[in-house]
Amino acid sequence: MDFGFNQEQEMLRATARKFLENECPSAFVRKMMDEPAGVTADFWQKLAEQGWLGLIYPEAYGGAGLGFVDLTVLMEEMGRAVMPGPYFSTVLLGGLALLEAGSESQKKEWLTRISAGSSRVTLAWTEPNGRWDGAGVTLAAREARGGFTLSGTKLFVPDAHTADAIVVVARTGNGPSPEDGVSLFLVPKDARGLEVKLLPTMDQTRKLCEVTLKDVGVGADALVGEKDKGWQPLARVVDRATVALCAEMCGGAQKVLEMTTEYAKIRIAFGKPIGSYQGVKHKAADMLVDVENAKSITYYAAWAVDQQVAEAPLAASMAKAYVSDACRKVAAAGIQLHGGIGFTWEHDLHLYFKRAKGSEFTFGDATYHRERVAQLIHL
Amino acid sequence: MDFALTPEQQSFRDEVRAWLRQNLPKEWIARVVSGPDVPRVEAYDFLRQWQKTLYEAGFIGLTWPKEYGGRGLTFMEELILHEEMALAKAPPVLNILGIGMAGPTIIAYGTEEQKKRYLAKILSCEEIWCQGYSEPNAGSDLASLQCRAVRDGDHFVVNGQKVWTSLAQVADWMMLLARTDPDAPKHKGITYFLLDMHSPGISIRPLRQITGDAEFNEVFFENVGIPAGNVLGGVNNGWQVGITTLMYERLALGFGLQVRLRIALDALVGLAKRTRRNGDFATRDPIMRQKLAQLWIDTEVFKYTGARAITKLLKGEMPGAEASTGKVWWCEMHERLQEVAMELQGPYHQLMAGTERAIDQGLWQYTFLRSRANSIEGGTTEIQKNIIGERVLGLPKG
Repeated sequence: MDFGFNQEQEMLRATARKFLENECPSAFVRKMMDEPAGVTADFWQKLAEQGWLGLIYPEAYGGAGLGFVDLTVLMEEMGRAVMPGPYFSTVLLGGLALLEAGSESQKKEWLTRISAGSSRVTLAWTEPNGRWDGAGVTLAAREARGGFTLSGTKLFVPDAHTADAIVVVARTGNGPSPEDGVSLFLVPKDARGLEVKLLPTMDQTRKLCEVTLKDVGVGADALVGEKDKGWQPLARVVDRATVALCAEMCGGAQKVLEMTTEYAKIRIAFGKPIGSYQGVKHKAADMLVDVENAKSITYYAAWAVDQQVAEAPLAASMAKAYVSDACRKVAAAGIQLHGGIGFTWEHDLHLYFKRAKGSEFTFGDATYHRERVAQLIHL
Repeated sequence: MDFALTPEQQSFRDEVRAWLRQNLPKEWIARVVSGPDVPRVEAYDFLRQWQKTLYEAGFIGLTWPKEYGGRGLTFMEELILHEEMALAKAPPVLNILGIGMAGPTIIAYGTEEQKKRYLAKILSCEEIWCQGYSEPNAGSDLASLQCRAVRDGDHFVVNGQKVWTSLAQVADWMMLLARTDPDAPKHKGITYFLLDMHSPGISIRPLRQITGDAEFNEVFFENVGIPAGNVLGGVNNGWQVGITTLMYERLALGFGLQVRLRIALDALVGLAKRTRRNGDFATRDPIMRQKLAQLWIDTEVFKYTGARAITKLLKGEMPGAEASTGKVWWCEMHERLQEVAMELQGPYHQLMAGTERAIDQGLWQYTFLRSRANSIEGGTTEIQKNIIGERVLGLPKG
């Protein structure tokens, strides 16, 4: 047993931090907030050169073949920098879905291009019903002319407007469980009848879209994995993406804690640094407890999904439940302890606050995951 | 990062598991299998014997050096041992202050003679230890302590009082902090003594607690003589020595806390599964499900945060002030767990031991009341947050 990071992982952390400090300072983040694409071609290419786009993909597909614990380190650093752009949607959603369920040729074609930075793929899962369970999937895919016809609306789809292809979660049938009859399709962005609309979002570093499919015809080879059996691979993708998101959230919370602590040391009120007052000190201590605990459960979950142990889904839900609450509290406390300056647009705290809020509800909030934990421990 | 056991660790776990299966006291298990815990005061003799049995089997003092009765293993084995104890609902270790505080401090600061004299008897529970730190006017502000020790030839003479002293009534030895230089700054004039509790001039008055039991005591010293050879770590160096003890306390007690927490949680889930509220099973109530799941998650979180601290320790770093995050977190959570136990019982929470109507023999009522002390004993939550703020986050002192 070893509950720490190894030397290579610590090196990856140091490299990532330096890279992001240089390439992704707050000025860049703010520029990308106003930029519809949310990223520049130059920045994306640099991510490819760093080897981050293919970090967790096998070498056969142009990746580095590293594990999920390695990725955790990287995600923490990205969260620390509130890194904008379609990294998450491409590497952890679209790409991972293809890795998990795709055919050899789909993987070869797309993962190689993702790793190289030449293609982006997202995942269109959620719908206007806002559900995270199997019953939420209603977009219909009917068999027609040796292929399928897809009709329906996907909502909250990350970065669909800049993706080259979209993995669409659709309903091909109905079984005893709402998780039966779900299938995944790889739909190119120029498919006829596919319409993508960029939506204004609270967290402007994350671009979300509405994707409408009107009788979009695809061939049988667009199917990713087995027909009607798409939920199982999707659930594995989502568990892993959830853990990666938790790691990103931890990185953001750690940064908020550091910003707040530094401020509490220098901001003078009533003749003393505010950090010397217990009203401030104890709140900062609460933040530390939340951040450290959030990391602990996230690291455990990262190991569990990496090793695909039986309790991986439980670990992922425990992590998301804990981290969602912890990061919301930490981000809010950060603003509170900064006072008025923390409420301004000029200060970076709102970037972290909004990212924490968005992440809190992505893949289900704490309430949703606590219920999932209750089920998994047979309550 | 690897949460799997190595083959050696696995065989150690199997050894522990097999031993526990053979040697767990049946009567105890029957009592805790449905309830959360047993009041300590009912079980001193039993627990003394249990610790001796554990010691003879080689399961006490795993990390202590072999020459002093330990096994020379690492905290990883300690962690495995405690996890198995939790799963098996094993009784707690009685001489916890000796094992968690006195022993490690003697290992760190003691002379060879002191180590040979005290350590093995701590492990075997032949000698029970208590902690003489708090006084009526020195609790959280420990360095204000007034208890005096004056040198007289080859002895010190102690006068004064200690309070909230758990186990004093059964203890053979006390870790005593007393003031030896009243003119020095308050942190500098304190000495750490190993005090024989059977010395003349010591009187002990039990303090009845919120639970009705008298676990802790007031201890009075009237011209109590201590040989100079019982100073630990040098005269007027007691603050440094005592602080080391406190750091070990937080870490070592952490293992025990984890065991008790897991046992309480499993018992709570058991209670929820057989409790009906408002005409339906409590586990069907969505709000109760949320609360139970949160406690489950929080218990796991506590385990992994502790595991990260242990990894640091194994890499050769000392237990730092970070260890106090665990204490803050544990007591908030354990107090919440006990509140949920009250909520599950509804009106039955009023019934104490002594009626068949009481759920789980009224034991939850005892553990609920006892848990109120968690955020006070071993350093209040407020003091812990000062420590975190100042020593971990580097915020200025008030």
